[in-house]
Amino acid sequence: MRIDLDIIQNWIAPQTRVLDLGCGDGTLLEQLGKNKQVRGYGLEIDPQQIERCLLRGVNVVEQNLDAGLGNFADDSFDTVVMTQALQTLRQPHLVVREMLRVGRECIITFPNFGQWKARWHLAFSGRMPVSDLLPYEWYDTPNIHFCTFRDFEVLSRENNWTILHRQVVSESKVSGLFKDILPNLFGETAIYHLTR
Amino acid sequence: MSTEKLSSSSAKRASAEPGSAEPGSAEPGFVGSDSVGIVVPQSHTFTEPLELACGRRLQDYTLVYETYGELNADKSNAVLICHALSGHHHAAGRHRPEDKRPGWWDHYIGPGKPIDTNRFFVVSLNNLGGCHGSTGPASTNPQTGKPWGPDFPPLRARDWVHSQARLADLLGIEQWAAVVGGSLGGMQAMRWSLEYPERLRHCVVIASALKLSAQNIAFNETARQAITSDPDFCGGRYLEQGKLPRRGLAVARMIGHITYLSDDGLGKKFGRELRSGTFERGVEEQVEFQVQSYLRYQGDTFSTSFDPNTYILMTHALDYFDLAREYGDDPVAAFRQARCKFLLVAFTSDWRFAPDRSREIVDALMHANLPVSYAEIESAMGHDAFLLPNERYQRVFGAYMDGVAAETAGEVN
Repeated sequence: MRIDLDIIQNWIAPQTRVLDLGCGDGTLLEQLGKNKQVRGYGLEIDPQQIERCLLRGVNVVEQNLDAGLGNFADDSFDTVVMTQALQTLRQPHLVVREMLRVGRECIITFPNFGQWKARWHLAFSGRMPVSDLLPYEWYDTPNIHFCTFRDFEVLSRENNWTILHRQVVSESKVSGLFKDILPNLFGETAIYHLTR
Repeated sequence: MSTEKLSSSSAKRASAEPGSAEPGSAEPGFVGSDSVGIVVPQSHTFTEPLELACGRRLQDYTLVYETYGELNADKSNAVLICHALSGHHHAAGRHRPEDKRPGWWDHYIGPGKPIDTNRFFVVSLNNLGGCHGSTGPASTNPQTGKPWGPDFPPLRARDWVHSQARLADLLGIEQWAAVVGGSLGGMQAMRWSLEYPERLRHCVVIASALKLSAQNIAFNETARQAITSDPDFCGGRYLEQGKLPRRGLAVARMIGHITYLSDDGLGKKFGRELRSGTFERGVEEQVEFQVQSYLRYQGDTFSTSFDPNTYILMTHALDYFDLAREYGDDPVAAFRQARCKFLLVAFTSDWRFAPDRSREIVDALMHANLPVSYAEIESAMGHDAFLLPNERYQRVFGAYMDGVAAETAGEVN
């Protein structure tokens, strides 16, 4: 289980309704169902991931997030989750706004483009960063809207979103040591828990 | 909707599309290891009267059906197949080794196929009002001793569902593992979830809709007009007169058939290819496009194997279907009756039962807080895609049914 999924589980109350945007293979929803009797749906567009969800018995609906969440009513979910998909969206800010309309709370995780490795890469090689975490070339990547932790917090402030929790995750040892002191420099993945 | 098409078209398709590998159109007599093999239809006459949605009642009626696979000890692995407009009970396998083609859904029912007959006991019937052995307009009206013809009571999807429930009782099936249907069959599957919520665990609805659009009703009306305006229709009493409105039925089928395919699909299959004739100056040979002869072949074959009154009855049932009518036109309120899990599938080029129609169902189910999954399959084959081989469709359907089978096995242990 990915660390971020572990943390997200802690922020979701038992027996609530969850919508998972870009739910991947359905691991999170499956775990939430088993451990917390959470009910919900995952939205996904990748055919292979959809099949994995079906094999797990996770409710998965083929829907493109870039087309919005217009088919969901206000407050129809307790929590709307989106892990590692923010940077792939055409209009990330509008999707987060929609998440907070459809759910009372939302949980968002994304990779931190302000992490030192990315900065180092760009500063010294003069090329767009390619790493284990972000293994794509600039011209052929699903990630079209990178941001740093600080960028996201500025966006939250501008939109009056309330940050309930923030957790920074790092897989590597060096980053792990410093991530709490200088999160925007050492954090690899951010997990934000927001409400209106 | 056009289940008949699959079998009747393959011969023609083979010439139009020589490279097409359809397991269904293999050598006569070929029964592969993924086939249910030779099947024998059964029939049963129900003597308890059936109250119909129109207010009339059928004193007794016969249903013809086939089964594939084995019913397990606790009778928990049964799957009901609901057929579409022109379908029937023969969904898989062959009646005789020399049959050219297998049942209409043989791509999806059989050992190792999405509806895996190694794990499921599959029941497929010809609906009431049909013309393949179940009581319908061509059957004899016991009160007059003549064919029912136009006097046969109009039927709705719920009448089929109630008669299917009687068949389940007969077979000792208290609860279906899944009720499955495409198009009009999907409408029956949804109706099952509302009428008998405790009698199914899964509902698989493929290329269907909560109700038909005005355009859909318009197509059906045009098809009916083609039949009824044939002089041989005789007000529906053609059997008594020893006639058959074949031309009308053929045109009805042609209209339907065009709408079950897509512009792109027809273009890819036939383009503007000529079957005969030429545009050369000075040569007076009638030009005939491939698509013309294909369509005529479709119409002709269908008109010899299908009852015109049944076609009218089935298209009316389609038009009348409106899942939420009696629930204040609110599909969410309707689905609140349901207790099962749902799988919805739609096809990108299907314009008669477009993906948007399936999404309406999915949205209503999510609002009603019911478990649902949905996949939108890329296909150029239009509405007919639900009958045809398609890798992604097979995987999605198979993955879902795997889950149904696993759950069923789990309950046994």
